[in-house]
Amino acid sequence: MGEEKEEYSIIGRPLIKVDAMAKVTGETKFADDLALPRMLHAKLLRSPHPHARILSIDTGPAEALPGVHAVLTGRALPIKFGILPVSQDEEALATEKVRYVGDPVAAVAAVDEETAEAACRLIRVEYEVLPALMSVGEALAREDVRIHDYGPRGNIHKEVALEFGDVEEGFAQADHVREDVFFYEGSTHLPMEQHAALAAHGPDGKLCLWSSTQTPHYVHRALAKVLELPASHIRVIALPNGGGFGGKSDPFSHEIVVCKLSMLTGRPVKICLTREEVFYAHRGRHPVTLWFKTGVTRGGAITAMHFRSYLDGGAYGSYGVASLYYTGALQTVTYRVPRYKFEGVRVFTNKPPCGPKRGHGTPQPRCALEVHLDKLAEALGLDPSEMRRRHLVQPNSVTVNQLRIGTVGLGECLDRVVERSGWKAKHRKLPFGHGIGVAGSAYISGAGLPIYWNALPHSGVQIKIDRGGGVAVFCGSTDIGQGSDSVLAYVAAEELGIEPEDIRVVTADTDLTPVDLGSYSSRVTLMTGNATIQAARKLKAQLFEAAGEKLGVPFDRLRAAHRRIFDRDNPEAGIGFVEAAVLAEAKFGTLGAVGSYTPPKGLGKYKGAGVGPTPTYSYSAAVVELTVDPETGFITVDKVWLAHDIGKAINPLLVIGQIEGSVYMALGEALMEEQAFRKGVHKIPSMLEYKSPTFLETPQMESILVETLDPAGPYGAKEVGQGVLLPVVPAVLNAIYDAVGVRIDEVPASPEKIVKALEAQRRGRASGNGRLPSVTFPEPTVVQPTGA
Amino acid sequence: MVPSPTLAVNIAPLRDVHKALIRLRVNGETHEVYVPVHKTLLEVLREDLNLTGTKHGCELGECGTCTVLVDGEPVLSCLALPIELQDRDIVTVEGLAERGVPHPLQVAFAELGAAQCGYCTPGILVAAKSLLDQNPRPTLDEIKEALAGNLCRCTGYIKILEAVELAAQRMTGNWKRETGNWGTGSGA
Repeated sequence: MGEEKEEYSIIGRPLIKVDAMAKVTGETKFADDLALPRMLHAKLLRSPHPHARILSIDTGPAEALPGVHAVLTGRALPIKFGILPVSQDEEALATEKVRYVGDPVAAVAAVDEETAEAACRLIRVEYEVLPALMSVGEALAREDVRIHDYGPRGNIHKEVALEFGDVEEGFAQADHVREDVFFYEGSTHLPMEQHAALAAHGPDGKLCLWSSTQTPHYVHRALAKVLELPASHIRVIALPNGGGFGGKSDPFSHEIVVCKLSMLTGRPVKICLTREEVFYAHRGRHPVTLWFKTGVTRGGAITAMHFRSYLDGGAYGSYGVASLYYTGALQTVTYRVPRYKFEGVRVFTNKPPCGPKRGHGTPQPRCALEVHLDKLAEALGLDPSEMRRRHLVQPNSVTVNQLRIGTVGLGECLDRVVERSGWKAKHRKLPFGHGIGVAGSAYISGAGLPIYWNALPHSGVQIKIDRGGGVAVFCGSTDIGQGSDSVLAYVAAEELGIEPEDIRVVTADTDLTPVDLGSYSSRVTLMTGNATIQAARKLKAQLFEAAGEKLGVPFDRLRAAHRRIFDRDNPEAGIGFVEAAVLAEAKFGTLGAVGSYTPPKGLGKYKGAGVGPTPTYSYSAAVVELTVDPETGFITVDKVWLAHDIGKAINPLLVIGQIEGSVYMALGEALMEEQAFRKGVHKIPSMLEYKSPTFLETPQMESILVETLDPAGPYGAKEVGQGVLLPVVPAVLNAIYDAVGVRIDEVPASPEKIVKALEAQRRGRASGNGRLPSVTFPEPTVVQPTGA
Repeated sequence: MVPSPTLAVNIAPLRDVHKALIRLRVNGETHEVYVPVHKTLLEVLREDLNLTGTKHGCELGECGTCTVLVDGEPVLSCLALPIELQDRDIVTVEGLAERGVPHPLQVAFAELGAAQCGYCTPGILVAAKSLLDQNPRPTLDEIKEALAGNLCRCTGYIKILEAVELAAQRMTGNWKRETGNWGTGSGA
């Protein structure tokens, strides 16, 4: 798969995306752009209480309203669902209890949105209000008030304790041991597109759902379960997503509801969430309290690390079990950690459910770890970039928690950002108020395991070639703006020797396309790329055989490029692609081939070992330079240097686009974004008040691509969609310290926190560590290290 | 989007809505629509004229996604009422290309990857067109200022700024872009 060709004609070029012109002309159809004849509009009635028992629901007056076609409550949809098999705790519409402000309770289908909304207001719901548990501390303290009736105890959704090697022994060997507490606030994806879905249940009994989802396959499965229909009678089509970032990766209430309403009314039904509802749908970054204890030698080598995470999960499971494991999984894949202990807990609270946001469960620990290392480096009198550089994991090694490492470009990433930023002349040398910070990170290129247990491929691709030379690539992958449709076209074009514009891609349609698990976990380029190569090479073999016969050239001397198949040694001797396709169809019959990809099995056998393995890790390093106004605490980010080990850039333009977008999103989290609540209610469910960076806050950015040609990736490629967010947030915090000498061990590092810390410093008080929630973790599962 | 609830709307939403015949000139074409007077320009464009190129992100005037031009000025269509805009010159993203030939802004956005998910793109394109029509050689700060009301979550804004500069450069001939030491990327 990582095989090197002498020269690529498509791979590595900054080509435009296959859908670029459609997007800049407004032609691209997003879910809410669709309309069908006789279409009805749906609205959801949502809970006004963070926690309450539903005593009764009276839908009579709503049903009587002219223009209303159906009113739905949870009684019609009693089967629970959820993205993970272990947390099937969601209902399309709440039946007994509501668990956050915004929890859907009833739905209406009517002739237009206004009528549906008016009908929702006529639905009378009688609630018995229950105590609202709005923080991890409250939820742990009130074991008597259970948000769910499952989980080990009280409001604990999931707890983990794993020990790899003897950390106490490691601490005893250390020259210096330090502990730190951090808090990473929750934030939301804020995709520009509000979630929308359109369902049509036809007279043939077949159901079709068009939705703005990143995971049509998982939505398909949830619909079959909740609606009790055979999966073969359901078609899910994911439209291009107007931004996802993880926020459209769960099966949602509104998707199930429009399907049911269409089944009840015999008419197409559409819903588009309001922006306020998008804040309630959420599934964003978990607020996490984190604790690190690390022992190091004088030279900065880590002897042992003990880590704890406390996740505020919100009201439902969502991806939370995976999120929790991810907080503890990837500490070991950047710098060598010979002994490691991880204890973590995810707690239910009465807030919109948290889930996967860009980096899923890893930005919080990565941020804390990289600040923690900065403090350790200072205590040891080492340059923080140098300390990291000296203790990198080795390529092709195995970590203490049994993760298999592929190629490692982290050292080169660190070197490049250090060099380009002029780090050595700036760190601890800039005038007061100006600072510079560094951090490194790693991320998965696709999860090693699917979300539900199965032995099937994670990605499938089908390619057909017609006698006019038309090539169509079919794949279940979903373009959320990252360019996954384009990657299919680039790879197929490279292999078949044609141009991307010669290819039609058909994606994200469960009726037409082979399954791809979805646009999550940074898996798509690697997995669909490998599957496409496999399918295309089968067809290339047929084309070469037919062309070789015609040309009298042996198979292994043939090459395909620039719409020709030709003799490598005598490029003049060749035939056009279309002619080759005709010859091959005459020889072999209709031309079509499939390819699929399944990641290699992980090494670990312990419970929880399923989270962390990947075909290969991407690596990133960031240097951030910024200015802090000590009077106001206001931060201006001057420049960000970001180097990323991309393995191989299939299209450097799109890779840099992902880097710039990730840096931006990281700066939003680092400086201003927070999904915050007051008295059970979301404080700021609007785009105006949920502060996110604008054009005016855009710093200079320099993106540096490092290529390590990983054998696991297509042409050597790794992920870029998520990992590059990770080092930016801690680099900001480290730069703040360099600028004004106070540590903000909290995200977002908002102006008031900086002013407060400076004030405390002036009064000679340390800006002390935060407090940890009180949890007794279970005895750890002890796993003997097998790695290097 | 939805007007504040009144008893009349609650009880008989279909009967008591005041409708009007409105003449709108959009992308050079005149349309007559008979719509409730409270229906926003955004809704009329998308639902009555099938011009779904104009998107929405909040319907509260906060994100800039639904920007269209009215007499050359950017206007948030989610806050504009068609009845107040009769016979004004409205331009949406569908009106940027001329006879199928894309506007230089559209070409630059496509070439530089300034549209990732593409959802905020129509609003940003028309806002940028308004800027370049009035100020063909904007500075970087002037571009940032002109687009500051449009949110984008994918691009980090860098490629958009580069694309506006590139389009401006192409539209004005020999003018040099400011780009040099920011938003740079380098290969391996």
